[in-house]
Amino acid sequence: MNSAVKVPLVHITRRKNIVWYRAWIVRVVAVIMALILCGIVTMLLVGANPIDVYKTMVVGNFGTARKIWFMLQDLAILLIISLALAPAFRMRFWNLGGDGQALMGCLGATTIMILFRDSMPNWLLIICMLLAALFGGALWAFIPAFFKSKWNTNETLFTLMMNYVATQLVAYFVVFWENPKGSSKIGIINQRTQLGWLPTIGGNKYILIIIVAVLLTVGMFVYMRYSKHGYEISVVGESEPTARYVGIKVRKVIIRTLILSGAICGLAGFLLVSGTDHTMTTTLVGGRGFTGVMVAWLAKFNPFFMVITSFVLVFLGRGASEISTMFGLNDSFGAILTGIILFFIIGCEFFLNYELHFRHGKNKEVQ
Amino acid sequence: MASENIKTPVLELRGITKRFGDVVANENVSLSVYKGEILALLGENGSGKTTLMNMISGIYYPDEGEILVNGNPVSIRSPKEAFDLKIGMIHQHFKLVDVLTATENIILGLDEGKLNIKKAAEKIRNICDLYGFEVDPDQKIYNMSVSQKQTVEIVKVLYRGADILILDEPTAVLTPQETEKLFAVLRNMKKDGKTVIIITHKMQEVLSISDRVAILRKGQYICDKITAQANVQELTDAMVGHSVVLNIARPEPKDPKKKLEISNLTVRSSDGVVRLCDVSFDAYSGEILGIAGIAGSGQKELLEAIAGLQHVENGNIFYIDDEGNKEQLIGKDPLKIAEMGVSLSFVPEDRLGMGLVGNMDLADNMMLRSFRKGKGVFTDRKTPHELAEHVVEELEVNTPSVSTPVRKLSGGNVQKVLVGREIASSPTVLLTAYVVRGLDINSSYTIYDLINKQKERGVAVVYVGEDLDVLLELCDRIMVLCGGRVSGIVDGRTATKNEIGLMMTRIGGSGRDE
Repeated sequence: MNSAVKVPLVHITRRKNIVWYRAWIVRVVAVIMALILCGIVTMLLVGANPIDVYKTMVVGNFGTARKIWFMLQDLAILLIISLALAPAFRMRFWNLGGDGQALMGCLGATTIMILFRDSMPNWLLIICMLLAALFGGALWAFIPAFFKSKWNTNETLFTLMMNYVATQLVAYFVVFWENPKGSSKIGIINQRTQLGWLPTIGGNKYILIIIVAVLLTVGMFVYMRYSKHGYEISVVGESEPTARYVGIKVRKVIIRTLILSGAICGLAGFLLVSGTDHTMTTTLVGGRGFTGVMVAWLAKFNPFFMVITSFVLVFLGRGASEISTMFGLNDSFGAILTGIILFFIIGCEFFLNYELHFRHGKNKEVQ
Repeated sequence: MASENIKTPVLELRGITKRFGDVVANENVSLSVYKGEILALLGENGSGKTTLMNMISGIYYPDEGEILVNGNPVSIRSPKEAFDLKIGMIHQHFKLVDVLTATENIILGLDEGKLNIKKAAEKIRNICDLYGFEVDPDQKIYNMSVSQKQTVEIVKVLYRGADILILDEPTAVLTPQETEKLFAVLRNMKKDGKTVIIITHKMQEVLSISDRVAILRKGQYICDKITAQANVQELTDAMVGHSVVLNIARPEPKDPKKKLEISNLTVRSSDGVVRLCDVSFDAYSGEILGIAGIAGSGQKELLEAIAGLQHVENGNIFYIDDEGNKEQLIGKDPLKIAEMGVSLSFVPEDRLGMGLVGNMDLADNMMLRSFRKGKGVFTDRKTPHELAEHVVEELEVNTPSVSTPVRKLSGGNVQKVLVGREIASSPTVLLTAYVVRGLDINSSYTIYDLINKQKERGVAVVYVGEDLDVLLELCDRIMVLCGGRVSGIVDGRTATKNEIGLMMTRIGGSGRDE
């Protein structure tokens, strides 16, 4: 019945491997196509000139020195949280609790900052704040890790739920320490004395955070790639039976890695409280624990690629909110543009893993 | 072939080429299949048999070449289009929904108008009666044995009216008895005018079931032979491309000393079922102790208990070192046991499930045993890299480089990497389980050689095997397990296949004294 030969228009095959530069070409093309589509959508919906819209995006990120520093700080905090998640993900432990862990870091730092501001020198206060923040974050990751290693509970749900517990705890203490009374806000802590504030470098409070992020990026790369711990993490993630077979203590590795992961999230919380905001709110972390998931995944858990992916996400986020203000649109429009761009960035992964063959010509690349 | 001029082939491939990136899976393959014949497709691991068949059944689309069905050129873009052409394939990994019944699985995805399970079940029973299948249409898949699941897959294909059936290594998961049953069914199909293409590694099966053999080597079509006029040696040589010696050496054990002393070993699985009961035996250096038994008689638990991976309820496992000191292994962790010189080369049903990490490259897999060595927090990458290169060279592992992920290698090469690493740590006890499962004949013999070399080095080898012929050729002594108990220990040089077969199903065999 099917006598006429119909060569299919396109057929899809899995790629065995792809040269790295071609992979980047595909990604860049995806971003360009996303920008074109965003332009069309902007013209149709609000009648604005797309070039202006993109200009606004760039201006929103790089417009003034102040904006650049803001952007870099945002980038640094997101990168630190993403770096924290990476070893857990490499181990196939889906830590969705970055937000909660960072918030617990905020809470730990704030507690010390408020309770002990009069009883120790400033340098010791800052060190204690740091330790409390690391402990808070580590504790929040340790709990699900312990349950996972002992009773094999589902870490995705567990870490997710721990976020809400952390938010509620922070909400309670915000009211507990509210200042001034009745405001339901903590306000700037130690505004006059600046006790527990991280020192500024050349009057700039962001540089230190950026340096921490850079050191952590290199450190995490080395840890995952060259250390014995990093190797154990990879083996446990790939195959638990094999890990047990060579005598790796799987439970120990899970707990150890999650304590590390949580502690780094806690560090991000410390930097927010002590370095930039000098206050604590329930929204201080602002969903970076979830954005970090995307950053880590898109970069395939490679810390250096994570610099790029976190930059893209921060750029988009800040650009989109700038568009909303400049063109008098609400936040949703920025979200639409971000959505379109992410769709293309994530969608292009398909073309990295699969190849399309067309009826004429061979091995042609689409995008 | 004389008949070629008279008959039109039901299926003809002309110049089929398929590439995956730089890898050529099939190159310019031309092949004809005739109505009512059973064609065996023979080739080493990675020779492109499955890829070729996947193109006929609509999973892949060829890059070049054409496919003709009954003389008409066709294009097969999906398994559904293959079914429309009356071609059906039974894959190595079953594609069934566990929670559905046989009938539900068989009619899944078919559009026959109003859904009528009863009528479908009736049709299934008719098919079963016609060819001699044993299937309960109302049984759920998760209640079925591997062999029953395979039967459902075959019936599924027949239900869809397939006249050309492709079976990808159907016997790899079957016991000898089940294989016989399957072959009886295939012969019935042939009588009914169906065409069968069967992929297999096992020479004896090729000779007993097929009418004609087609041989692939490195993605290329080599030749075809009428089975009745072929012999094992000739087929093996054509498959491998050079002459292969099909003998397993069995040197006399030299100066055997007791290495393992196991007494009253009892093991329960996590759900409380007794897996091993009161097992006692010794293993000696310079000797290969074979372990025979029906799959699931406690072989896995026994080896894992020795390697420290299995919780033991009762009994003793003593390791005796070169000075004659006895040491209890029970209660020690796998790391400690491995350092003492007990090495486990285990091939579970999922080949990469334990022992190797599929996504890591060869060098990193070599590191699994050695990464803790050296002071400091960083790993030494140079030594494993050198070891990987050494193993690749020594065991002739076919790989683009030592930085290729292990999962990309074919089964035989994966096995060589695993065995190579385990041997590299100079073990005094080598535990192997199903090391040649799924391997082609050439790779299998390489592995037997490796094991024999270890024996000559004075290693105590415990060899868990499936193929009784090989056990009888390779092992000095054979312990037979039956339902977790020791059914008997026989001399590998004097025992017969029949004797062991009986012991596998009944403790002590035919009333022998224990």
